[in-house]
Amino acid sequence: MAEDFEPKVVAFCCHYCAYSAADLAGSMRLEYSPNVRVVKLMCTGKVDTLHLLKAIEEGADAAFVAG
Amino acid sequence: MDKERLIAEASRLLDEGYDGVLGLRRRWGHIGPYLFTSKEELPEMETEPRYMLAATMRQLRNKWPDKKFGLIARGCDERALIKLEEAGLFEKDGSGFIGIICSNEQAEECNCEKPIYETHDCSGCWKCIEACDKEAIERINACPIVVPGEFDQGLAKRKAIYIPFPQAVPLKFTRDAEHCLKIRGELDCKGCANVCEAGAIFNEDEAKEEEIEVGSVLLAPGFDPFDATIKGEYGYGRIPNVVTSMEFERILSASGPYLGQVMRPSDGRHPVKIAWIQCVGSRDETCGRDYCSSVCCMYATKEAIIAKEHDSHIEPTIFYNDIRAFGKGFERYVESATSKFGVRYVRGIVSTVKEFQQTNNLLLEYGGEDGQKVQEEFDLVVLSVGLTPSASTKALAERLNIDLDRFGFCKTSEFQPNSTSRPGVYVAGVFDAPMDIPESVMCASSAAFLASEEIAEARGTMVTEKVYPSEIEVTTEEPRVGVFVCRCGVNIARVVDVPRVTEYAKTLPHVVYAGENIYTCSTDTQDKMMDIIKEYNLNRVVVASCSPRTHEPLFQDTIREAGLNKYLFEMANIRDQCSWVHATHMPEASDKAEDLVRMAVARAVTLQPLHESEAAVTQKGLVIGGGLSGMTAALGLASQGFETVLVEKDKVLGGNLHHIHYTLDGNDPQELLTSLIEQVESEPKITVYKGAEVKNTSGFIGNYKTVIEMEQGDTEEVEHGTVIVATGGTEYKPTEYLYGESDKVITQTELEGRLADGGEDIKKLNSVAMIQCVGSREEDHMYCSRVCCGQAIKNAIELKDANPDTEVYILYRDIRTYGMSELKYREARDKGINFIRFDVERKPEVSETNGRLEIKVFDSVLGTDIMLQPEILVLSSAIRPQADAAEFASKLKLPLTQDKFFMEAHLKLRPLDFVNEGMYLCGLAHSPKTISESITQAKGAVSRALTVLSKPQLMISGVVSVVDPSQCAACLTCVRACPFNVPRITEDKVAYIEGAACQGCGICASACPRKAIKLQHYTDEQVIAKTAVLCNT
Repeated sequence: MAEDFEPKVVAFCCHYCAYSAADLAGSMRLEYSPNVRVVKLMCTGKVDTLHLLKAIEEGADAAFVAG
Repeated sequence: MDKERLIAEASRLLDEGYDGVLGLRRRWGHIGPYLFTSKEELPEMETEPRYMLAATMRQLRNKWPDKKFGLIARGCDERALIKLEEAGLFEKDGSGFIGIICSNEQAEECNCEKPIYETHDCSGCWKCIEACDKEAIERINACPIVVPGEFDQGLAKRKAIYIPFPQAVPLKFTRDAEHCLKIRGELDCKGCANVCEAGAIFNEDEAKEEEIEVGSVLLAPGFDPFDATIKGEYGYGRIPNVVTSMEFERILSASGPYLGQVMRPSDGRHPVKIAWIQCVGSRDETCGRDYCSSVCCMYATKEAIIAKEHDSHIEPTIFYNDIRAFGKGFERYVESATSKFGVRYVRGIVSTVKEFQQTNNLLLEYGGEDGQKVQEEFDLVVLSVGLTPSASTKALAERLNIDLDRFGFCKTSEFQPNSTSRPGVYVAGVFDAPMDIPESVMCASSAAFLASEEIAEARGTMVTEKVYPSEIEVTTEEPRVGVFVCRCGVNIARVVDVPRVTEYAKTLPHVVYAGENIYTCSTDTQDKMMDIIKEYNLNRVVVASCSPRTHEPLFQDTIREAGLNKYLFEMANIRDQCSWVHATHMPEASDKAEDLVRMAVARAVTLQPLHESEAAVTQKGLVIGGGLSGMTAALGLASQGFETVLVEKDKVLGGNLHHIHYTLDGNDPQELLTSLIEQVESEPKITVYKGAEVKNTSGFIGNYKTVIEMEQGDTEEVEHGTVIVATGGTEYKPTEYLYGESDKVITQTELEGRLADGGEDIKKLNSVAMIQCVGSREEDHMYCSRVCCGQAIKNAIELKDANPDTEVYILYRDIRTYGMSELKYREARDKGINFIRFDVERKPEVSETNGRLEIKVFDSVLGTDIMLQPEILVLSSAIRPQADAAEFASKLKLPLTQDKFFMEAHLKLRPLDFVNEGMYLCGLAHSPKTISESITQAKGAVSRALTVLSKPQLMISGVVSVVDPSQCAACLTCVRACPFNVPRITEDKVAYIEGAACQGCGICASACPRKAIKLQHYTDEQVIAKTAVLCNT
């Protein structure tokens, strides 16, 4: 794998908790790696295997479910 | 050393005949301004922190213009005074200045490039300052004032322009009038104004008085933590590693001063041994706070557990008097603290805290169980400070003409909780009495009920409904997307290349417009946005700015005003989740912003208009249970103008209240009972079904149908919009301590009945023993019944009052007289009632020989067995849930706790609601509680029900799950998966999801094996649309 490999991570986040937590990290200016792309859902219970597989198929290096 | 020089110079001024030198000195644990008038005091002078003294100096000089004062002044003080002199507000003559040089660290914090001058050889001509003054002001490009931050309890600093706390709503800056140089008029500082691009800094603003006509007033002014410096023996304010529980709360917080690292203030070291000292400013006559603060035992337990979770090396010890875990679920929590987290509880009062000079560790001295003095070393001490009324509430009470008790809490009466002494003024929260979060929420709902009760008729009369234009039909059109990229002042634009992102957006499929705004949320931008929607015929809108959690409703409203359905909107969060968190990765942040915009556009293209439908509400309430809570709730609904059905299982109303004859506060519950029954039976809006039970309930919020079964088997169906469950509880009939075997062993309720009958035999008793926690706090019933300590003390005092010669012994584990009932505990002790503590492992042994009762109890204080021979033994037996709770719960699909009490939607924040929407909870069905608490909760439950009943229609969100009947196999997967019990199988053998009840989580949609269910607005296509364009290929 190339030295400069930067993974793309898609994060499925619950509107009520993980998405709010990501917002809070923002208002506290907590830095993290810019590799994450958040997809908001009303509840992570909505995450379907299909969503995870599709994300990987479309080039995501990792899928992260937080809720 | 600089301090020596300052002392020498101050000493010189005093020698020269100055009346005093203004500087800093530590007193009562705090550093503050002090006028040194004798040379002996000068070594006490402090040089840190920076503290503006200019204003104090000015006051001194104005008050005593004939006297001469010296000032230990920093450059900023001098600049301030020169400005004041220019304005004619200060007279320089008669002032002597001793310059203090700021440390580099201080200068950096203040953004002050250099201390102004070395003062050794200064003649005080001031010319240098005048020369540099202008430059100094212009140089400041941010707020120069740094003060301890209140939210972080002074552990971290904030500026004079600040956001009070990270989750403030609205998340906007405010200026601190007390410290802002500009507002104080000390300096023409433009620190914030120089950098604010929004032009939001106003200096001309001033306090305005407005007159508002209102029907009622609700007071919720909160509390102040007890000032721990008053308890000097614990060293707070002197010893850096002695912190208050409020400070420790911040230390634990991920958003706190140490970002969630458990560290000591003195040296940043991770503490291992942490001690909590309970009852600091509670249950303590010496500081005038003899009440119990009700919450400290639990918050200390919580802090100990969280500390342990943060750092497993921590060894928490809690020093306590009684562990008062009387709330719902608390007993199990404390139990888990010891068994799971290794929290050590030590019963004992800490007498002193001393600091080791070398290590800054702390030596605690306390009385051990056996009465011996014990010394133990700790790394950090947390003082569990009590709750006191806010300092400002006394003046508020005077202005409002309401009565306070001797501690400064609001005076209320037992049977009219939440009402102040003045009609129309109501109270909630700790200003009422010390209470935990769930009680505060219940009180708030109850006070809201009271505040709206008198003025119920005016409900809705002042509402003006907003009218939107009719929606443009877009489903047949090609998507035309408009992208609005926000700079958010510099919040986004400083990190993300906004012009580049905007240009990029123009290249995306279906995008017909892309533009940038400085503030997309400003009012003028909303107007501009509407014009652009019309000009470009946009039918989908994307805003790339901040969080949809805060701003989506605003933009949705704007597009509605432009004639678009509000669901044709999508946001890309390029601030909170991009520019704010990737400030050091600017190119990557811009790349990410482009990705987020591309993903948002891709989803926007798939969005469909959704319609929020209205469902008619049956504006009628059902209350199940006709005891104190149920009757209070029914009367509440009726007084607010709603028809109510009250179902009671027994043939008479009143429930457990029939067995309570007097209260700890000396009120008569039977009078209350008679009055309630009369009111209920004569209230035309209430239909009472006695000797009746609920057979089944169907429907959803606003539209329930319940079948009520009468005694003879007749049934009746009623329609209603809400349900209040007030089914109560029962008294446990003990199987231990010879209850049922000996007629000398009775329960507290039985004793109370006999006392109320005025039985002469009771008055002749020589000796009575009581055993607490019978059926509570053990094995399968790991909960505290909350009321028994108060009940035992109440009956014990009654016995003593009837015959002072009666010896009364209360055998207890912990006395849990929380709040103001602590005063009664004290009274009981003063009256000579004997309290003997036992451990659960060594419970009292009761026997009866030859008609004499004998109790053997191991007194853990004396360390020996005690034999008692009372004439009667009274058992404080537990409160149990109704025997048929599980069966009843299944009829309404309601959840129960492990102990079979009903389970609320959220233990802390939603204590009155069920997760089942439109259903509410009160009284003993929720958990054991007092009369007063039951009334509060019942009124609170009514308040919650009113949020539904008060409107003729309910708006049903578009974000709900819908079933495609042609695909449904009625496999029941959704029925089982739904946490809210919404899906049901219809007569056509397909699943049906009622939109009004659906919470929009989408769990059913992901669980459905045939994909027969879709969650509108989050369909698979709409979710996948985003990830499909994750990579820009």
